[in-house]
Amino acid sequence: MQTKLLVGSSKGLVIYNNFGSELKIISVQFEGLPISMVYVDERTNTWWVAVSHRHWGEKLHRSQDEGNHWQEVEVPNYNNYQYAPGKVASLKKIWMMQHAGVDRPEELWLGTEPGGLFYSNNNGNKFHMVESLWNHPSRQDPKQWFGAGKDYPFIHSIVLDPRDSNHLFVGVSCAGVFETQDGGKNWQAKNTGLVAAYLPNPNAEIGHDPHRILLCPKHPDVLWQQNHCGIFKSTDSGEIWEDISGQSGFPKYGFALAIDEHDPLTAWVVPAHSDEQRIPVDLKVVVCKTTDGGKNWITLSRGLPDSNAFDLVLRHSFVKKGNTLAFGTNNGNLYLSDDEGNSWKVISQNLAMINYLTLA
Amino acid sequence: MARVKFTSALKRFFPTLTEMDISATTVKETLQLLEITHPGILGYLTEENGQLRKHVNIFVKGELIRDRVTLNDAVTAKDELIIFQALSGG
Repeated sequence: MQTKLLVGSSKGLVIYNNFGSELKIISVQFEGLPISMVYVDERTNTWWVAVSHRHWGEKLHRSQDEGNHWQEVEVPNYNNYQYAPGKVASLKKIWMMQHAGVDRPEELWLGTEPGGLFYSNNNGNKFHMVESLWNHPSRQDPKQWFGAGKDYPFIHSIVLDPRDSNHLFVGVSCAGVFETQDGGKNWQAKNTGLVAAYLPNPNAEIGHDPHRILLCPKHPDVLWQQNHCGIFKSTDSGEIWEDISGQSGFPKYGFALAIDEHDPLTAWVVPAHSDEQRIPVDLKVVVCKTTDGGKNWITLSRGLPDSNAFDLVLRHSFVKKGNTLAFGTNNGNLYLSDDEGNSWKVISQNLAMINYLTLA
Repeated sequence: MARVKFTSALKRFFPTLTEMDISATTVKETLQLLEITHPGILGYLTEENGQLRKHVNIFVKGELIRDRVTLNDAVTAKDELIIFQALSGG
């Protein structure tokens, strides 16, 4: 079986094929354009791409034939919803798409900036604002929902419980984790145990910065997150988060996270040096892995740059499928491992900034 | 009818787009008529609330339009209206 690696870069969508043997670029789509999101709906093998045009705004495209042909579809519209009193919201960026469950074949969730969650019940032909989250009292409070390195908060993680399509989590930077158990009608903050070191009250209920959230498909009560203030894990469906950052302080900061699909104790991160610098610690690109739920972390570096490297791995640029892991960096470097991260090989050092990776 | 010209960059997304004559009295009306012949182009030029995108420029008679919010600058029959992308880095 052939596997494809989709690389969403700042200068186009690069599609690799023959994954596992020799990896080759078979196509470049949207050449020269900034790709802000790539999503493969595994239910129908529909490919989705968001393009952040510098001049023409955010656009959304889908393909039913693995990227050979693309159809532009209508982007979500904020319909004059006010971000703040007197301030009309408009779409800045599409960050995340997630199908709404195998029992809801036409339905999709979409996370956007500023702070929007949208829903489609017709395979993305039209998206509607999820008003319950938009109208959540915390969303309207600039001390609770606020931008992280950007003017506005954004929804970058949408995590579906495979047991129940009414149950999902979203991750907002900055606000934190929110859960719905009724398909999006009501939302509860799920940030207990997280730390927001940049707030006067680091244990505030809302105002957290989860860089990336993932759920273990075979153990859906287990959630992981790489947060601005550490690495956290929950074994009770987000009720309590435990700080599992390295005891020495490494790994701790970073954006990228990958987890094992079956083993609830195994995960990988690509650490970075602090909020202030955002470069590899000691200028060495490494991956850290835990196989005991975060009690211990080992450093994996075989095949990765061991000096003078300035690469940062962004939140959607680290993927895992089976034994294979791949990550791409802001400097256009792409690395792949066929042995769960024990060793790495360079796939390319000539791409543009990598914003998104997806395995199809 | 005003003569409407376009940056060639838009041809990538609207391949049939060519210089054309449009009968309209304002910039807004011009763009609305353009949307009829080239569905979707309005979303490339304007934000959801109707204002001109930050990095799009429209010139009428060689001058940048003044009203980027409601696009009510007047257009007369012999005017030339040019739609450009603003310069930007990267």
